[in-house]
Amino acid sequence: MTHATNEPARHLPGEAGVWVFILGDLLMFAALFITFAYYRSNDVASFIESQHALNQRCGALNTIFMLTSSWCVAIAVQVARVGKTRAARRWLVGGMACAVCFVVVKIFEYQEKIAAGITLTSNDFFMYYYMLTGLHLMHVLLGLGVLIFLWRSLYAPVSHTSVRTLESGACFWHMVDLLWIVLFALLYMLR
Amino acid sequence: MIPGANPSILRVTWLWGLLIAATALSWAFGHGLGAGVDTRWSGTAVLVIAFLKARVVFLDFMELRHAPLSLRLALEAWTIAVASTLLVLYWRVA
Repeated sequence: MTHATNEPARHLPGEAGVWVFILGDLLMFAALFITFAYYRSNDVASFIESQHALNQRCGALNTIFMLTSSWCVAIAVQVARVGKTRAARRWLVGGMACAVCFVVVKIFEYQEKIAAGITLTSNDFFMYYYMLTGLHLMHVLLGLGVLIFLWRSLYAPVSHTSVRTLESGACFWHMVDLLWIVLFALLYMLR
Repeated sequence: MIPGANPSILRVTWLWGLLIAATALSWAFGHGLGAGVDTRWSGTAVLVIAFLKARVVFLDFMELRHAPLSLRLALEAWTIAVASTLLVLYWRVA
């Protein structure tokens, strides 16, 4: 059994290529967050009024699901490093379950909005709401696929390579969590 | 519930608790806490809390605390740049 990382030296979690992707994604979302804030500052009253129509409980619930999912995945990496692949798979299942809950809540939220006649074209606030949350949801679905892949890969004995793959996938997933933290503040909580 | 006594596991677990508590605090600020003088102070608190949470995620969940310094600094710079731009736009009077 190989123990991948217990060196005290600085350690790059995951593959370098994944970090290029993560940094690119962070820059893209940064531009979107700033664009949203700019248009909000031009029309604060209308943005705040539209925000009242959002289901804040759904937003908060999804924040809890995202944070918990990230926590499960962080632990999965820790236990995989010491060779506990079965435990790592269990923690990944926890992470996937939270991700599925997130998707279910999001679909419920979209349905609720559409039933109330609120769509992409209702106004600027909702255009950004659908665009930002939709783009984020795509990342969640992609991340869910990554978690399933990692879970399957942990049926093999743990190796330096498999821990590195796990770290790469986990870092992507934590980025999806990080983006939601900002989206929750920006779209749901900011008055 | 927590397998083993790995200090890193205990650390991410209490940080997860902290992140949940920060979410509750953010909810309170989003629902009137501190809005007595100017609601924008509550909004400022919401944004600051969000980026402090984001910092916990990249330092301790993504493990950038122990990563090469350049990568950690890139994420620190992203956080400071995005947070400060959002705050300036938030306080901007159109």
